[in-house]
Amino acid sequence: MIDIRNVTKSFDDFGALKGVSLQVEKGDVVAILGPSGSGKTTLLRCINFLEIADGGTMVFDGETFDMHSISKKDISRIRRKTAFVFQNYNLFLNKTVLQNVTEGLIIARKVNKEEAEKKAVAALEKVGMADRLDSFPSQLSGGQQQRVAIARALATDPEIIYFDEPTSALDPELIGEVLSVMRDLANEGMTMLVVTHEMNFARNVSNKVIFMENGQVIETSDSKSFFENPKEERTKLFIQTIQSGRE
Amino acid sequence: MDERVLQILIDSFMKILMAGIRVTIPLAVLSFLFALIISILVAVIQYANIRGLKQLCRFYIWIIRGTPLLVQLYLVFYGLPSVGIVLPAFPAAVLCFAINEGAYMAESMRAALEAVPKGQLEAGYCVGMSYWQIMRRIILPQAFRTAFPSLSNSFIAMIKSTSMASTITVSEMIRQTQIINGRVYQSLALYLEVGFIYLMFCTVLTWLQSYGEKKLNAYGGAK
Ligand SMILES: Nc1ncnc2c1ncn2[C@@H]1O[C@H](COP(=O)(O)OP(=O)(O)OP(=O)(O)O)[C@@H](O)[C@H]1O
Ligand SMILES: [Mg+2]
Repeated sequence: MIDIRNVTKSFDDFGALKGVSLQVEKGDVVAILGPSGSGKTTLLRCINFLEIADGGTMVFDGETFDMHSISKKDISRIRRKTAFVFQNYNLFLNKTVLQNVTEGLIIARKVNKEEAEKKAVAALEKVGMADRLDSFPSQLSGGQQQRVAIARALATDPEIIYFDEPTSALDPELIGEVLSVMRDLANEGMTMLVVTHEMNFARNVSNKVIFMENGQVIETSDSKSFFENPKEERTKLFIQTIQSGRE
Repeated sequence: MDERVLQILIDSFMKILMAGIRVTIPLAVLSFLFALIISILVAVIQYANIRGLKQLCRFYIWIIRGTPLLVQLYLVFYGLPSVGIVLPAFPAAVLCFAINEGAYMAESMRAALEAVPKGQLEAGYCVGMSYWQIMRRIILPQAFRTAFPSLSNSFIAMIKSTSMASTITVSEMIRQTQIINGRVYQSLALYLEVGFIYLMFCTVLTWLQSYGEKKLNAYGGAK
């Protein structure tokens, strides 16, 4: 469904992405792992054109795009089929929970208000936030805000949802509620590309793992073999560090 | 206080107050509305970084903030007729006040726009909205809320600045007071009186401002 080849991106002289390739098939849940500063966020941002890559190609639903010289029109066409969940939620602060979810439907997709609200309520029910339709983001906990952000992503029927460390900004006791929503989505067959530090999610929910370091993909494999017998030395080390950190 | 002065104060009060209601307030309200439009345009042009226009906006702000309001009023009312542009006093005053206060308000609006978290724009893009849709529905409303206290202050300042329109023959409160004083020679009493009327106006506005701020805080609250 998405095939990305050789994405490069530098900030000034610093190479944040040095030729990254990845494939996502429909129904995949792909976890992107890697130490801080390895370029995970930059990769997701380039894939959704929040950052324009210096080079690379993207095949999306069979159409090929040059990621550097892609037109605004193509960007917005691709964005209509995707959704993004941010680390710090980025809910619209001046809109209620319901409006946060309907905004992309009514304004960007010209869905009529009644239908948009029906869809929004359904999405909010899915994440357990349908009882807070009229609350403002500032009145919600981080976990609640992130669940609303997931509902906002869901409501537009995306073909794929990108998550950038969706639980990293949360207090430990709130992480579970967000992960369980994501697990439900995965079970329903939603295609997801998830940057995460949650090893349990990567191991038990995702079917593929991509390990990045220094702007490069070190290893790509299915999640079982990634954790049980990693191919690369660097990956082994990473898994060891994580396990010793946890236990 | 002697009886004659008291009588003068009573007689003049309604006259000055009516000048306030008929002239000062409409002058301030109209000027403020135009200033608001100017400030939003100028701030958004700079925020959106529209080339060419942005330089023009900086130039406008530079000129206006670097010259006295009185000079601007005199130029428009006494200066422009010599190049064939004759404006009646009231519109000339509205024009000057709007252009003048607009420059200051534009700076408040711009700061407020820049205070809106960057992620709001990105989230808007990710749900498929265009730049101008996000600007109109997400960023401007938030910036407006941030700028509200300083915009209210501008309006209160505007009420007082309108007194300068007396210098170009607009018959607002100060000019009315001068006219009355020309007959009765009671500067102390009359200027205390008109000062008191300004104070009343501004007090009411201050109440409205804190009411507005509470109202805005009630939904949304902290950032
Ligand atoms: N806008 C930017 N300007 C300059 N450097 C940047 C910018 N964005 C990212 N970088 C740099 O690029 C590198 C990769 O950053 P990125 O945020 O993609 O890492 P990450 O893998 O997401 O890390 P983390 O796990 O901490 O979120 C970092 O060294 C970072 O400093
Ligand atoms: Mg990151």
